[in-house]
Amino acid sequence: MNTREAILGKVRNALGAGDDPGRLEAVWARLMNAPTGVIPARGQLDTTSRVALFCSMAQQAAATVDRVADETAVPAAVSAYLRARNLAPRVRMGGDKRLKSMPWVDERNLQVRYGSTDGEDEVSVSHAATAIAESGTLLLVSGKENPTTLNFLPDHHIVVVDASDVAGDLETALQKVRQRYGKGEMPRTVNLITGPSRSGDIEQTLLLGAHGPRALHIIVVGG
Amino acid sequence: MLVTSPAFKENAHEALSDEQLRKALGNVRAGFIDKRAKAAEALPEFEALRESARAIKDHTLANLDLYLTAYEEKVVAAGGKVHWAETAAEARGIILDICRMHDAKTVAKGKSMITEEIELNDFLEASGIHPVETDLGEYIIQLRGEHPSHIIAPAVHLNKEQVEEDFRRVHTDLPPDRDLSEPASLLGEARRVLRRKYFEADIGITGANFLVAETGSSIIVTNEGNGDLSQILPRVHIVVASIEKVVPTLEDAAQILRVLARSATGQEMSVYTTISTGPRRANDPDGPDEYHVILLDNGRSAMLGTEFQDMLRCIRCGACMNHCPVYHAVGGHAYGWVYPGPMGAVLTPALVGIDKAGHLPNASTFCGRCEAVCPMKIPLPGMMRHWREHEWERGLNPAVVRSGVRFWAWFARRPPLYRLATYLTMPLLAAFGGRKRRFRFLPFAGGWTKYRDLPAPQGRTFMQQWRDRDALKQGGAA
Repeated sequence: MNTREAILGKVRNALGAGDDPGRLEAVWARLMNAPTGVIPARGQLDTTSRVALFCSMAQQAAATVDRVADETAVPAAVSAYLRARNLAPRVRMGGDKRLKSMPWVDERNLQVRYGSTDGEDEVSVSHAATAIAESGTLLLVSGKENPTTLNFLPDHHIVVVDASDVAGDLETALQKVRQRYGKGEMPRTVNLITGPSRSGDIEQTLLLGAHGPRALHIIVVGG
Repeated sequence: MLVTSPAFKENAHEALSDEQLRKALGNVRAGFIDKRAKAAEALPEFEALRESARAIKDHTLANLDLYLTAYEEKVVAAGGKVHWAETAAEARGIILDICRMHDAKTVAKGKSMITEEIELNDFLEASGIHPVETDLGEYIIQLRGEHPSHIIAPAVHLNKEQVEEDFRRVHTDLPPDRDLSEPASLLGEARRVLRRKYFEADIGITGANFLVAETGSSIIVTNEGNGDLSQILPRVHIVVASIEKVVPTLEDAAQILRVLARSATGQEMSVYTTISTGPRRANDPDGPDEYHVILLDNGRSAMLGTEFQDMLRCIRCGACMNHCPVYHAVGGHAYGWVYPGPMGAVLTPALVGIDKAGHLPNASTFCGRCEAVCPMKIPLPGMMRHWREHEWERGLNPAVVRSGVRFWAWFARRPPLYRLATYLTMPLLAAFGGRKRRFRFLPFAGGWTKYRDLPAPQGRTFMQQWRDRDALKQGGAA
């Protein structure tokens, strides 16, 4: 406690901050109201163009994108992805209700396993909570149904997102998280993911597939 | 780490004759400048966002005590623990205590400049705990026993042949005839080797790009995914962050994130922006059981309320060094401590003392590119000037510099005499310059003429030309 008081005391002294109630009010107001700043015009579009922008920005970040008409088409799209890349017909996913309600049984060759991964799974499937059109970013939240390890350990990460969940900008997506968990509350982990992992650490040569997934595949449902 | 900033001149000389380094530094210019320019140009609101980001940090710094306590309250509410540390030694002690409590043998580390600042690796190693750097660049320099030469590209001073040599030296359990000639094969090998380490580690340590007061969250911004694996696989996640990392809300973090990635690597958004709040929740299938934050001061509070307060806006994007002609020439190690380039030239004297780091604010051409590209609009050249003043006031410059400046100042304070002296000297120098109109050697200018000729003055003095120009303008107006 002493160290805490010493640091805060030094900060207050340096700022010449007395017991000015105005400061506290300003800080409180900012924390409560969370004013938005400059929002790029780029993402402020109607639904169709917003989803199109999301897809093109995600591709620009080296993700691949597939669009399907509705959620019943997702399992077939996953199977098609695995076949096209010569991957074993096996995926791991969390118990996300939206994923679970999809007709996986129709893909008779596809083996679906549930729960977090120990690193032995080649392909994982997650459902994004929302996405951000301005930068082609997916937003995933941790929880019982969405193990965070699925976002990082498998070589291929397939993420399903509803077109209706695609936000134009980062602030709108964060506001959705706030609405879902409550003001000032957060799940353990919020992952904003823009493309597959990469490194430029050797001679500034950009290479995909550093420690996270080598490939990020997005399936956009509807829209 | 030993502060070698007092030997900046020797360090720089050595760097200038290092062929490997010259080749590697070529990648800085090629790899960063164009990408940043394109990303900034592609976003019409970029300038407005810089202004917004600057204002957010200014507001936060002016109320830092209040935001820190608000942040602390939210961390605790989410089940995390906050530890305050005034000095590097205190921070190391707290980390060691946590490691001991969990009987930790190895620690997986995400990339973090603050843990470089507190020299955490050497300390843990000496305490019998093995730290593993998991960022590719950091891993490479850890193998070499070096320190980062750049705050976001720690191994930018190396070429792939050097990395290959290190991997062959250290990864002795792999077949000696394997092909490591391309960066891709080197990356693949590092990925395989480090995969095991995340699972073996008892504790994960990361830094933080932001701390969010509204939610008690820490945010890291990365491209490789190692920072995430380091915090979700081990049982304990320790965040080390300095006190100026706090921002009020998620919206405020969003504003700064937009300028961070673009300024650093020219990306619209880095691959992974991860917002972590507390330990795993009761129903979470994975994530750490414990979440600790170490809030470190280590000299920051002493910068508040001084002419160096603006430096605390720095978000460590590296744009200033990417655009610095001095950094391009000498690289990061020459600066002799943790933070290189223009931001290091301002921050290092504040954290280790101007008596040791006096060369750094002097190693600038004041070209102003650092300030022009700084996403947080930090007046870096202005602050380097402030440091030069401090250096002068404390009498730290060498005697020859002090007498030289005094001699010049004596004339400068007597304008007529100054003009007369230059008026008389100029034709003399022009005459001695000879047909080639330059000097290969000149008394008192040996530091210059050792490496290049000094052009001899031609024509008239600046003051004369200025008068002519004024006369011309007035004539034109009439």
